[in-house]
Amino acid sequence: MNRPDLFTSVCIFAGSLPVLLIILGLLVLTGLQVADPETFIDAILDPSVIDSILLTFTAAACSTLILFAIGTPLAYLLSRQKFPLKSVVEGLIDLPLVIPHTVAGIIVYLLCMRQGLLGLPGSLVGIRFEETIAGIIIAMLFVSVPYYVNTVREGFSRVPVRLEQVARSLGATPGRAFVQISLPLTTRHILTGGLMAWGRGVSEFAAVVMIAYHPMIISTLIYQRFNTGGLYAATAVAFVMVVFSLLLFVFIRILGGRLLSEVR
Amino acid sequence: MLHTENLSKDMGEFILRNVTLDITPGEYLVIIGPTGAGKTILLETIAGFYPPDSGKIIMDGRDITNIPPKDRNICMVYQDYMLFPHLTVEENIGFGLKTRKKDPEYIRKKTVEMARLLSIDHLLHRKPETLSGGEQQRAAIARSLVMEPNLLLLDEPLSALDGQTRDKLRTELRRIHDITNVTVVHITHNFEEVFSLADRVAIMNKGEIVQIGNPDEVFRKPESEFIASFTGMENIFKGSCSHQDGISAIKIDGHIVYSATCLGEREVYATIRPEDILLSKDPIVSSARNSFKGRITDIKNNGMVIKVTIDVGIPVVSIMTRRGWDELQMNEGEEVYLTFKASAVHVF
Repeated sequence: MNRPDLFTSVCIFAGSLPVLLIILGLLVLTGLQVADPETFIDAILDPSVIDSILLTFTAAACSTLILFAIGTPLAYLLSRQKFPLKSVVEGLIDLPLVIPHTVAGIIVYLLCMRQGLLGLPGSLVGIRFEETIAGIIIAMLFVSVPYYVNTVREGFSRVPVRLEQVARSLGATPGRAFVQISLPLTTRHILTGGLMAWGRGVSEFAAVVMIAYHPMIISTLIYQRFNTGGLYAATAVAFVMVVFSLLLFVFIRILGGRLLSEVR
Repeated sequence: MLHTENLSKDMGEFILRNVTLDITPGEYLVIIGPTGAGKTILLETIAGFYPPDSGKIIMDGRDITNIPPKDRNICMVYQDYMLFPHLTVEENIGFGLKTRKKDPEYIRKKTVEMARLLSIDHLLHRKPETLSGGEQQRAAIARSLVMEPNLLLLDEPLSALDGQTRDKLRTELRRIHDITNVTVVHITHNFEEVFSLADRVAIMNKGEIVQIGNPDEVFRKPESEFIASFTGMENIFKGSCSHQDGISAIKIDGHIVYSATCLGEREVYATIRPEDILLSKDPIVSSARNSFKGRITDIKNNGMVIKVTIDVGIPVVSIMTRRGWDELQMNEGEEVYLTFKASAVHVF
């Protein structure tokens, strides 16, 4: 490689800072485990830690699946149709990006508490949100909507309307044109949006803790360990979570890459 | 076959105004007009992609104005092919038949048949992105034709292709139309496509059809200033072509014009650019194959250039520089000799 010019050098220097920040953080976390392997091993063998991680991943996956079902049509409408107050709808979708998570938590709680607008009808059909996985899923869903919808919408915008028109002139209903043409051509964005939404769900704390302190998702558990057992107890659990997430992301990247090479 | 009545549609940037059009079965209608004339929106309205603001579309006596595209069996081919990128060529061509729930065996048979007609049967397993522009457009045409459509709409089907491919596919379109006798509406910017394909040509401007008729008629007798300047073509002649000594002879109203290009023995259009026609008081001895004697019927002085119309039995227009004209010293009604090379005669 030739010697980079000044501008490229500046980019390399500036760009390495955020990467270094993450690496340093991970190193500190890892260093603590190496210094005190017993606490770490305890954490790994602690069934409540593993249960909590599984609960977190599962709840986030459920919220992502629900988003796929209800967010995909929304993304499609936003990319294809003009309608009154569209920009208001777009603003509403972006709202969870900017409001503090505690505020999101309060909103979710108000809606889903036993006397809430969703909680009341829910309790009539036997669904309770307070202190249940249903509550966790709703909270995760609330905060991850913009990540999924905006990404998938971008994907639909890249599919020419005329592809659908051709399909319709060849005898397809609008629904069939959507399922057979637009949807498969948006696979990449749906997977990316889904992954982002899932990650956003996994990382949520404040919004979830307001509606469901129990069962404990991993961030709640870490917070609880921090309060009761102190910093070191919390870092061991945190490290386990980091390892799991890293493994999962690598796995998804490989799987996703394979899936995408098939659709392309 | 298809009749539109006062069709209007306002899409802001593009509009359609009171378009009344009659398309006869098996006809090849070419619509030509400047960009933004509303040509594409006319096709898309006929295909049913959006409802017209007013007016009616009648197909085979049935009002189809409000029925969905899928029930019209009107197929569309776009300039940029619009093949489904995630499907193979075979799946693309078979898409419509599959939608109609035809038997897989039948779909396979029809697809191969149609691919063969368009000479792309060796590409059936390929994805569109691996095909050249010409091959992609053939696939798109096959995908429409396999449906045996009531009407085939072609939206600038040759515009994205390079010159040679375009000429080839244009000839192909003519052949396919002869074989299938499908009714076609073809949009273009290109005059050659009008002359080599059209049974009738419609000129569109600002959302309206301003003139419709045989290409001959429309180009020779433009009904308005716009059409005259848009078509802007002088010296268009229709005649029959035949070979003579390795060069083609085109018989136009009893006069023979020689051309270096040849398209086989058939009816052709020949054009000669006015600046390629040399005028002289006396016959010129030269290698140019075409030489005529005529009488000057009109002289138009446009400042820099002089446009002279000469009657040699057919009206021929010549353009020359002011200086050249001054040296010639001629007036209306005088006899003059015309000379032009066989290579200056463009045939299509």
